[in-house]
Amino acid sequence: MNTDSPASGTTAHAVLSYPQFLWKALGVATDGGPLFYGWMTALTAIWLVGVNAFAHQTVHGQGLTAMTDHVSWGMYIGNFTFAVGLAAGAVMMVIPAYVYKDKEMHDVVIVGEILAISAICVALSFVNVDIGRLDRLWHMIPGIGRFNWPVSMLTWDVIVLSGYLLINLHVVGYMLYMRFLGRTPDKKWVLPFVFLSIVWAVSIHTVTAFLYSGLGGRPFWNSAVLAPRFIASAFVSGPAFIVLALQLMNRLTAFKAGEGAVQTLIQILRVTALANLFLVFAEVFTEFYTGGSHVAAAQYLYFGLHGKNALVPWIWTAIACDVFAAIVFLTVDPKKNLWIIDVACVATLFGLWVEKGLGLIVPGFVPSTLHELVEYVPNMVEWKISLGIWALGLMIFTLGLKIAVAVFTDAMHVEEA
Amino acid sequence: MSTDRRTMMKATGATLGAAAFARALAPLTEWTEDLSVEGFLQRHYKELSRDDMAAVLRRIEDQTREEYGASVHVEDVRPTPGVQFAYALNLSVCIGCRRCAKACHEENNHDRATNNSYIRVLEMSNGSLDLEHGNALYDHEVPAPGKFYMPVQCHQCDNAPCVKVCPVEATWKESDGIVVVDYDWCIGCRYCEAACPYHARRFNWTKPEIPAEEINPEQAYLSNRIRPQGVMEKCTFCLHRTRKGRLPACLEACPTGARVFGNLADPDSEIRWVLENKRVFVLKEDLGTQPRFFYFFDE
Repeated sequence: MNTDSPASGTTAHAVLSYPQFLWKALGVATDGGPLFYGWMTALTAIWLVGVNAFAHQTVHGQGLTAMTDHVSWGMYIGNFTFAVGLAAGAVMMVIPAYVYKDKEMHDVVIVGEILAISAICVALSFVNVDIGRLDRLWHMIPGIGRFNWPVSMLTWDVIVLSGYLLINLHVVGYMLYMRFLGRTPDKKWVLPFVFLSIVWAVSIHTVTAFLYSGLGGRPFWNSAVLAPRFIASAFVSGPAFIVLALQLMNRLTAFKAGEGAVQTLIQILRVTALANLFLVFAEVFTEFYTGGSHVAAAQYLYFGLHGKNALVPWIWTAIACDVFAAIVFLTVDPKKNLWIIDVACVATLFGLWVEKGLGLIVPGFVPSTLHELVEYVPNMVEWKISLGIWALGLMIFTLGLKIAVAVFTDAMHVEEA
Repeated sequence: MSTDRRTMMKATGATLGAAAFARALAPLTEWTEDLSVEGFLQRHYKELSRDDMAAVLRRIEDQTREEYGASVHVEDVRPTPGVQFAYALNLSVCIGCRRCAKACHEENNHDRATNNSYIRVLEMSNGSLDLEHGNALYDHEVPAPGKFYMPVQCHQCDNAPCVKVCPVEATWKESDGIVVVDYDWCIGCRYCEAACPYHARRFNWTKPEIPAEEINPEQAYLSNRIRPQGVMEKCTFCLHRTRKGRLPACLEACPTGARVFGNLADPDSEIRWVLENKRVFVLKEDLGTQPRFFYFFDE
């Protein structure tokens, strides 16, 4: 695809051309073949099941979930944490494209930015379904409510997550609109925001880690290595997701990503997958070699404690997936056996979803601060709502890509009045 | 496919989708019926004028009558300047009968079905203060041989992790040392529940249910009024009683006199005497939370 399109002498005024851009984008987003309609209908159906479960939860309270006063965060906050990582990981396309001026990555970097937008929407949705009083969300708005900044880490998280969403919306929206007009994007409206987004991506997962690691009463989270672990795992999950997405786009759309972009991402995965495993190992060593009551949560997670072991099969499957993926990234030639890499990407996405999800949140609460052992297994309501939110995220991702593909293949272009 | 037919199909799809969405959200109508405009717009506790507060209290009383069928009296009881509350518990005489937990359950209008209470009593084995060897679910005659008992409730920390983490300042420390929650301001994120090292906070997972005749009608805005669904709650040292010179319900219920409550600022108070003359300790001192709840042994 061609990025240096000539700046055509379009004179369409923004007042006319921007509504046209939105209208055409709506048309493109709702047009497609049977596969597209089938995919979107399935996602809508799953989302609606989630919406319905959420409506019931809102009426009857979080008592409909499996959470208790002992394990007071569960499936929702686990998925939130993983989704923030996915959003931060998308920056691994931005760095090669803008810092190292990788031409092929530059052509497809918008895929990463659209992933960031979708993943942040997913993360924010998970927070919203977790809080007990959605009607009081306005209490957080500075000026109208009482925003406990800078003391509460949660207020920092609100700032960095919404900031990251806005930065990426700006970059994606601006690039697509300029391209739609047939103009060359103005660097001063792109580069500062792109470099800001790189720093910001690190901040979203650091702050999210600080939410947990700042709590002295929860030894399992109260570890300085948590933030580095979050970053390392984000830089695995983001690229792994995009490797799969780029290949699917090459097969299903008119948009052809160059071979180089996928290869670069696999090179990144070779390093980050190992870094992630190393940090997990460092954590596990410190816990078990030290021993004492500090190790109880890790003991529960990896081996079970006093006969309670709900997470044991999950965490070992996750570790097996992560180790398998790391070995594949290091040993398999992506040019010959790309499909094995794809399997490894799926495996590690699952592994990280467990490790950064329930595997991170639940042991923070088991054993409880009074050392009581109350287990937690998400119930049907939580599964429905969670799957619904992921379906919504995939819809946003699909529609975003659909519009981007139409614009970049010049199927969607401004029409002079 | 012609453009017209495609547009028709899209319109049909959008209509069906919107109808399905409305249907999925239908249960919400039940929820919106319970919401009032005044309730939605209500300001933070510290921003309410005297008149605002009077209106809020009347509204809460009306709601309780409507939803629970009980006539109650809700007050806004403020701290007395110069008073600093603290609590101490004698582990040598506590027998683990859990009458304190029961008294708390009744005094503070807790949900009946879950048998909720702000106090959790741990049965500990002689020879260890390690909570890991405690058990809150004991079900046998007390006191059992070789055991001692440690009730745990909110420690009203001077350096409270729960207050620090709240994103909307819905929980804070009052001038007399009591940590309170504005149940009408809390958004229910449960970050405070994760931050508390003493398992002192409780969430209203559902709307509390109590038969009208069992409701304690003497209520305060910041303490034992019936909490709304979806918000946090905690022990308030029964501020609706203690700020009026009475003792906490858990203390009055204790058959062994293990509990000592009072004003730290009063040099003649029993609590001062205990802190000055007994070997006193606090739970998890290494976390630096600086509790106002102390434990001691007699012998």
